[in-house]
Amino acid sequence: MSDDTSMNETPTIETHTEAKSTDDRSPASEADADVAGMDDQSIGEETVIEARDLSVFYGDERALQPVNVEIPDRQVTAIIGPSGCGKSTFLRSINRMNDMIDVARVDGELLFRDTNVYGEAVDPVALRRAIGMVFQKPNPFPKSIYDNVAYGLRIQGKDDDLDEQVESALRRAALWDEVSDRLGESALDMSGGQQQRLCIARAIAPDPEVILMDEPASALDPVATSQIEDLIEELARDYTVVIVTHNMQQAARISDKTMVFLTGGELVEFGDTSRIFENPDNQRVEDYITGKFG
Amino acid sequence: MTAADLTRDASGIDGAKQRAIRGIFFACAFLSVLTTLGIVVVLLEGSVDFFRDVSFVAFLTGTEWSPLIEPREYGVLPLVWGTLVITVGSAMIAIPVGTATAIYLSEYAEPRVRSTIKPILEILAGIPTIVYGFFALSFITPQLQRFLPYDIGTFNAAAGAIVVGIMIIPMVSSLSEDAMHAVPDDLREAAYGLGATRFEVSTGVVLPASLSGILASYVLALSRAIGETMAVTLAAGMAPQFTTSPFEPIQTMTAYMVQVGISDVSIGSVGYQSLFAVGMTLFVMTLGMNLCSLWIRSRYREEYR
Repeated sequence: MSDDTSMNETPTIETHTEAKSTDDRSPASEADADVAGMDDQSIGEETVIEARDLSVFYGDERALQPVNVEIPDRQVTAIIGPSGCGKSTFLRSINRMNDMIDVARVDGELLFRDTNVYGEAVDPVALRRAIGMVFQKPNPFPKSIYDNVAYGLRIQGKDDDLDEQVESALRRAALWDEVSDRLGESALDMSGGQQQRLCIARAIAPDPEVILMDEPASALDPVATSQIEDLIEELARDYTVVIVTHNMQQAARISDKTMVFLTGGELVEFGDTSRIFENPDNQRVEDYITGKFG
Repeated sequence: MTAADLTRDASGIDGAKQRAIRGIFFACAFLSVLTTLGIVVVLLEGSVDFFRDVSFVAFLTGTEWSPLIEPREYGVLPLVWGTLVITVGSAMIAIPVGTATAIYLSEYAEPRVRSTIKPILEILAGIPTIVYGFFALSFITPQLQRFLPYDIGTFNAAAGAIVVGIMIIPMVSSLSEDAMHAVPDDLREAAYGLGATRFEVSTGVVLPASLSGILASYVLALSRAIGETMAVTLAAGMAPQFTTSPFEPIQTMTAYMVQVGISDVSIGSVGYQSLFAVGMTLFVMTLGMNLCSLWIRSRYREEYR
């Protein structure tokens, strides 16, 4: 079983069939199988991010088995899987945040709008301006609410009509009504949920194409979590959202597509969220989703 | 099974011994407080004697300082001026270089480079100050004389300021680096994630977040520059004078105290007592700096958790 079945090149019904037949040919080597069931209504959707045999190593250790996947435009793609399965590693390889780790090394290609982000000519700083990120723990700067949102706009030189842009970002992050009268106050005086929505406002203010979220609600209480979830669905109208979550219900609630990583850094299945949760192709995915494992 | 006897007598714990141990620890802690008080008392006593002979106003406002030779003048301003020249001059070197070094070590250097450079800087901090004085005399001043088109004396303020500046770089860089290193990586990631360059992260996020620690390092370093003695005595000379030229000799408060210390003035003379008045002035200045440092710490407290 090789990775070059190229099932990702055209996201059509044929790939679906091909993947199926792949599985049929060698059901025993399921663990080595490429992503099962590239499926369903993917016709006509534009691909924003595409991984081609993307692997990540930390030193000699392989953190990510070759990943092949196409992430569609303006949808929520959830990445689920047990701890240490490489879901954050994959997420961080999209905007090259793994570059910060000295021992991290990447193989294969990651295309963002058909440009390999690991190509020689690509500047990771420019890449990160097009792909925003929200982190697990709310991490506002120790500055005012206003300056937090304005930070990205300022460094990216998009500081015309700064007030309007800040307001617009706060509105889109469903935070404006709560903070409009105290923009000058320290962001650290806000609640955790507000801080996380502020971080989202900060990420969307410079208007990136893609927003990566690494377990954005895991440090929040249920009410704040539900606000963030509503917000994510709202954001998917304008942005491509890729979200790592350890919470399967959350993935089921908010995402259109789901990637399932299992132990060993292997992408085992990718497809429409409804299908993955109702009728996964892969037995291990089914076991994981139904709670038999992981 | 009977319950354990928990009374004091039966437990075998020697209460007197525990109290004695506590007392010893307290005495050690109190020793430094006593020493500080002792120094203040000694300085005050000497100063009071001095101000019986010399008017307080004349001391603080006079612009001539010659307590050891006739005509005797007791205006401390030339000495304060000398100290300020050295302090400001050395700050102009140590603050930019030290801060840049700290940014490099904390934000740019690979771990291997960092673990090599940091100990070297700390060795720099451990060199006896008199060695720095010789370095100024035998290297810095000759280089200044060689490369600058001015008439530069053997003893000059510039060499003193440069050498003290070099001396206090490790203090600025080491303490500032500690403060920057304590900034959580979360904040760096947030900025990098928004497409900030390394420089933007260093200056726009890390530096402001660690500002209190950095400013405190500046104040401590300046306080050290004010009190620095041997290097400036050797490098900058013993000529108390108001001069705006950095290439002429000056005298700092500390250098004057060295001069009196090694001279043959008799105990009880006004010259001898001037030692205490100058010492008191120095003490008040460094105390002011330290209070300033405390104020900065509380005013610009690190706000991140």
